[in-house]
Amino acid sequence: MVTSIDRTELQRLIDKENAQVIDVLPEREYTESHIPGAISIPLRRLNAETVSVLGRDKPVVVY
Amino acid sequence: MLGLADWRAGGLPTQGTAPLVQRVSDATRPDVPTCDVDELLGEARRRTYDAGWDECIVIDCDGIVVGRLRNQAWEADDAGSVEEVMESGPTTVRPDGLLQRLVDRMSKRDTKLVVVTTPQGNLIGVVVREEADRLLTGEPAEQIWRDCEGCPGQWVPKT
Repeated sequence: MVTSIDRTELQRLIDKENAQVIDVLPEREYTESHIPGAISIPLRRLNAETVSVLGRDKPVVVY
Repeated sequence: MLGLADWRAGGLPTQGTAPLVQRVSDATRPDVPTCDVDELLGEARRRTYDAGWDECIVIDCDGIVVGRLRNQAWEADDAGSVEEVMESGPTTVRPDGLLQRLVDRMSKRDTKLVVVTTPQGNLIGVVVREEADRLLTGEPAEQIWRDCEGCPGQWVPKT
């Protein structure tokens, strides 16, 4: 289920629920600046294989 | 979440190779009091002063900034509405602008505080010139905004 969240909720998910944060922007932009702890999976590379690294027991946040 | 710009707009830290240029978002505090256009002025004044501020940002039901209450506006009749005395359509800036450039403009015009919004006009917070000056001179954010939840420097990512 996809839900939009705000900044405060994201901080809570990171702090309290070890949320996995995914940056879908192009790699160059990820390299320049990203949310601490976010992993890079550019949108054009988002598929079943690339997301298999994600744990199923923790929230996933995409930006 | 609106994205990385929104994250930065909250003064939250980022990682990466981009040069450390201070942005407006680095000095934006989100805890400024807000008022409704239909609110009674007396109530708005009480809440604003109780929160330790002398200015209130007027927003509509969508969080869009529509005015400011400050200075002589507070001297109007308590029973009047915020809308009657507010300054409509205040100047706003974006969170991704350069902080030094903003402070230079504020100094030139002797502006104490400026409102920060998204491009759509949603309130993000305000920049107080005195605080931004301190940040630009190298004082740590967590020292400038000690007792301010959501302010720059108040959240540190887990490592």
